[in-house]
Amino acid sequence: MTDSPDWTMHMARIREGDTAAFAQVFRHFAPRVKAFLVKSGASSTLAEECTQEVMATLWHKAHMFDPSRASVATWIFTIARNRKIDALRKQRRPDPEDLPWGPDPEPDQADALALSQETRRLSAALAQLPEKQRDLIERAYFGDLSHSEIAAETGLPLGTIKSRIRLALERLRHQMS
Amino acid sequence: MKITHHLTDALLMAYSAGQLPEAFNLIVAAHVSLCDECRARLGAFDAIGGALLEAEDLPELAADSLELTMQRIAAAPRAPQMPAQPRPQGRRVFPAPLQDYVGGDLEQVRWRAIGMGVKQAILPTARGATARLLYIPAGAAVPDHGHRGMELTLVLQGAFRDETDRFGPGDIEIATEELEHTPIAEAGDDCICLAVTDAPLRFNSLLPRLAQPFLRI
Ligand SMILES: [Zn+2]
Ligand SMILES: [Zn+2]
Repeated sequence: MTDSPDWTMHMARIREGDTAAFAQVFRHFAPRVKAFLVKSGASSTLAEECTQEVMATLWHKAHMFDPSRASVATWIFTIARNRKIDALRKQRRPDPEDLPWGPDPEPDQADALALSQETRRLSAALAQLPEKQRDLIERAYFGDLSHSEIAAETGLPLGTIKSRIRLALERLRHQMS
Repeated sequence: MKITHHLTDALLMAYSAGQLPEAFNLIVAAHVSLCDECRARLGAFDAIGGALLEAEDLPELAADSLELTMQRIAAAPRAPQMPAQPRPQGRRVFPAPLQDYVGGDLEQVRWRAIGMGVKQAILPTARGATARLLYIPAGAAVPDHGHRGMELTLVLQGAFRDETDRFGPGDIEIATEELEHTPIAEAGDDCICLAVTDAPLRFNSLLPRLAQPFLRI
């Protein structure tokens, strides 16, 4: 259930054009990307099409993946998120300027390992959250609901929602440190 | 660049989740471009997004999903393996995401005077929120106003002060309904800001209020 470091090895193989490695990554992540897009309000047809585009982008941009800066799951999430804004909202999504040194051609092994350990701890912490808090975070990410819309739907005052999300994040940070 | 005023968790999370209107995405991307601290926090929010991809109930893919994806891959060549296009060297006022909207740096901005030496340029973004560049001559003030929604102001050059604090290059001020303020540019460099609002500002003196429909502020 956690992001195993093997996916990073898969990415290195995909970079070399290994279609078998790609098929394995596809089997794991494509259904999860599709679930994300459906939860964000895409029809099943649109979600299927966007999922294929996201996975094709993973292949095409494999050389941009930097395991010392993000896990494979995080990287795929950002591609899917951008595709969602593009396809569902039809808006541009300005990205931050790349860091001056750009993607490192030889990512630092120790950094990559530390990041993958942190990522696993984050997933574990997320799984341990009380259901209410986890649910709120999920809806903030996948539900395409703004904070005020979440409040309207649950009938809770906005301030409560905000402080609950903040509390959940603080707990996450606490468990990470 | 010593940045002391940062984005909130709520804004960084909403940007990571892809829930903000385009104009807000632009100002978040611009601040993160200048601020390593917020870049790191954004990375943490992206990591939560990655962790949330692990779901219980997964939908069925189309039977030929992988095959169709391989066809898409075959149809388009891989992006060339080189770093992003080099940005122009020398002194820049705008970070890259803002340059993409202006079509260049400061000299490309088409300013419109809005009175008292203050100039603005509205940037093309989707409905729901407005992004504008503001040019406030050193020592000049933006008329006293309140806010109907949220206003974010990112300083790109110079500095301004208002009732709350001082804001220098890279700083972002987050003003909500409760705040009424009169930002005044400091002496020295003219102050250039990116300002984003999700509702029209509320001006307190009669004249700016009359001008408001024409100026779209
Ligand atoms: Zn910051
Ligand atoms: Zn204001």
